[in-house]
Amino acid sequence: MAAGDRPMTGEILLSLPATILSLSSTFNLRFPSRPSFPKCPSFSRSPPEPLLSTAPRAAVTPSSPSPTTFHGPCYVIGDNIDTDQIIPAEHLTLVPSKPDEYQKLGSLALCGLPSSAYPVPFVLSGAASTPFPIVIAGANFGCGSSREHAPVALGAAGVRAIVAEYYARIFFRNSVSTGEMFPLESEETVIWKECTTGDIVTVDLDERWLTNHTTGKEYRLKPIGDAGPVIEAGGIFAYARKTGMIASASTA
Amino acid sequence: MASPIMAPSFSIFGRKMESGLMSRFIPSISAHGCRKQALNRVLAVMAPTQPQRSPATTGSVKHAMSMTEKILARASERTQLAPGENVWVNVDVLMTHDVCGPGTIGIFKREFGQNAKVWDREKIVIIPDHYIFTSDERANRNVDILRDFCTEQNIKYYYDIKDLGNFRANPDYKGVCHIALAQEGHCRPSEVLLGTDSHTCNAGAFGQFATGIGNTDAGFVMGTGKILLKVPPTMRFILDGEMPKYLLAKDLILQIIGEITVAGATYKSMEFVGSTVESLNMEERMTLCNMVVEAGGKNGVVPVDKTTLKYLEDKTTLTSEPVYSDDGFRFIQEYKFDVSKLEPLVAKPHSPDNRALARECKDVKIDRVYIGSCTGGKTEDFLAAAKVFLASGKKVKVPTFLVPATQKVWMDVYSLPVPGSGGKTCSQIFEEAGCEVPASPSCAACLGGPRDTYARMNEPQVCVSTTNRNFPGRMGHKEGQVYLASPYTAAASALTGYVTDPREFLL
Repeated sequence: MAAGDRPMTGEILLSLPATILSLSSTFNLRFPSRPSFPKCPSFSRSPPEPLLSTAPRAAVTPSSPSPTTFHGPCYVIGDNIDTDQIIPAEHLTLVPSKPDEYQKLGSLALCGLPSSAYPVPFVLSGAASTPFPIVIAGANFGCGSSREHAPVALGAAGVRAIVAEYYARIFFRNSVSTGEMFPLESEETVIWKECTTGDIVTVDLDERWLTNHTTGKEYRLKPIGDAGPVIEAGGIFAYARKTGMIASASTA
Repeated sequence: MASPIMAPSFSIFGRKMESGLMSRFIPSISAHGCRKQALNRVLAVMAPTQPQRSPATTGSVKHAMSMTEKILARASERTQLAPGENVWVNVDVLMTHDVCGPGTIGIFKREFGQNAKVWDREKIVIIPDHYIFTSDERANRNVDILRDFCTEQNIKYYYDIKDLGNFRANPDYKGVCHIALAQEGHCRPSEVLLGTDSHTCNAGAFGQFATGIGNTDAGFVMGTGKILLKVPPTMRFILDGEMPKYLLAKDLILQIIGEITVAGATYKSMEFVGSTVESLNMEERMTLCNMVVEAGGKNGVVPVDKTTLKYLEDKTTLTSEPVYSDDGFRFIQEYKFDVSKLEPLVAKPHSPDNRALARECKDVKIDRVYIGSCTGGKTEDFLAAAKVFLASGKKVKVPTFLVPATQKVWMDVYSLPVPGSGGKTCSQIFEEAGCEVPASPSCAACLGGPRDTYARMNEPQVCVSTTNRNFPGRMGHKEGQVYLASPYTAAASALTGYVTDPREFLL
């Protein structure tokens, strides 16, 4: 079926670097060589509502010194933390694209963790956000469901970066597409066992270091590659618009 | 190049191998660090020889490709693809449901405009199934959001429900999305099917590329009909040997996940071949592919054969030729299993890879049994459970909840005769065994859901379930303990009140 056979509604001229959502750290920026989408001459879009165009973020204290470093107490969890623990299924009636429900998801982030293993709650009872802007996790973080509510809940709660050993694929992909927070990987394994919830840490994206000030240890981070600018821009749509790859409303 | 339908490439495994056909696998390694190393190493457990290939008719020499690579090549209008490449892919079907649909719709409207139209009103299938029979207002509102959008966009396939008190009063309502997709003819060989649900990989049983995505990606597809995908390498699982009469596909996939762990197939495609796979019916093949995501897999595939075509013949027409992995294709890893040597399994709390022999868990006292979900609530699953109850003739010792996946499954439960029963239906056998009345079709308690969800675990109990995940809190209560099992094992356990190997009743 040729692209031209499809009705010309809702389609946009688009070309994105082909490797945005790649997990690997080294790749070439490539643009697809064939025509991507037919231009729709009569396609008109109303500008996005200001309330929804940037994901509302909970205030995080202490504040980050720059967009590429994050500083504050960390929350430590182990291996195979699945989406049911990040946001239990009973809360999936909340729709992330609605601002008030987005905030509510933030207040419920990681409430599925068993309190016997995790006595310190990630979000204090009655609070809207977390005091922990950085999460340190083990292997296979975010496994389980494809629910985007999982990275959304963490981002809405105020998480700026996660440092895990590695991620389940749908969770990683959703984190990048939504731009909710940086899913970083440590080069060493099992660093979560050397950290304790409440340790003061700094994540430096540019220099690729996680520094635990409480223990004095430093950990090298793997580069996030092309996924980084996508998250910085606020997700896949925002990135495509910012870099001029999606025709913005004014030039449609 | 697609092979002719009747000569799939996996037929080379029909040749009898020597009797040393033991399961060859990477030894289970407990340290995650080592496991990660194992994942990164390319292991040729069985390195197929590369035959001399003559150039194709176009004159170009093609490299061997796997089934998944061929499907993605077709969808991205390329002749050649290799794992690791990022390609823009044309989507054939996009599915969403009541939990992720509203969020997807919100993103679609936010990004493309309040008055934007979807890319193709016939390629989006919207199936309310997760939180349906509940008084939760937001859940009910979410179904209304779907309906409003489908009306506005004139979506062709929307399986609506309005009367929550009586599911049968809703002629369009189907039930669990993955089974509805199959039953309603939306699964077709060689197509690309995406869904806002991790178990979308279920459809790989039809020889297509099917995987789960999030709301944002789905919103993007809704507007453009395309998605950026990274081509996954393929792991091959060769299942040979006659299927013992006490084993089901659920046991096979639990065996595999236990072998490679919950991250063993991360970012990879899982291909299932072998004489055992060929002997499975479509519902059993779906069970295999359904839990691919539990191993971290991106998608699962089963090659198309007569069984596939027979299932599809009254439901849909193929849009393209089935494709098969080339002879000589190098899989990133290969595992062989002699199915005749396997035993019924469970996955103990709290992980799908926490594999154990059912017979070794016979001292585990249980509080309830749950038979349902896309994984274990299909017609074949209920026929299997009925077989065990029939063989026993006794009553269950614990509450046994039955949730047919779809309206069609529910009808089968009430109308199909169970072989060897003298004409009794599943429902009659279930009633005689003292099971709960089969419930309204939906996802129900597989993932907990709102507090009033049918069969939700609201206390810290022990449950044997035919569902797909058992992480803490999965079925409701955080301290609940869920043992994943086949319908045979679930039924056997219901009869004794303990985790029970179905050979107690089936031999």
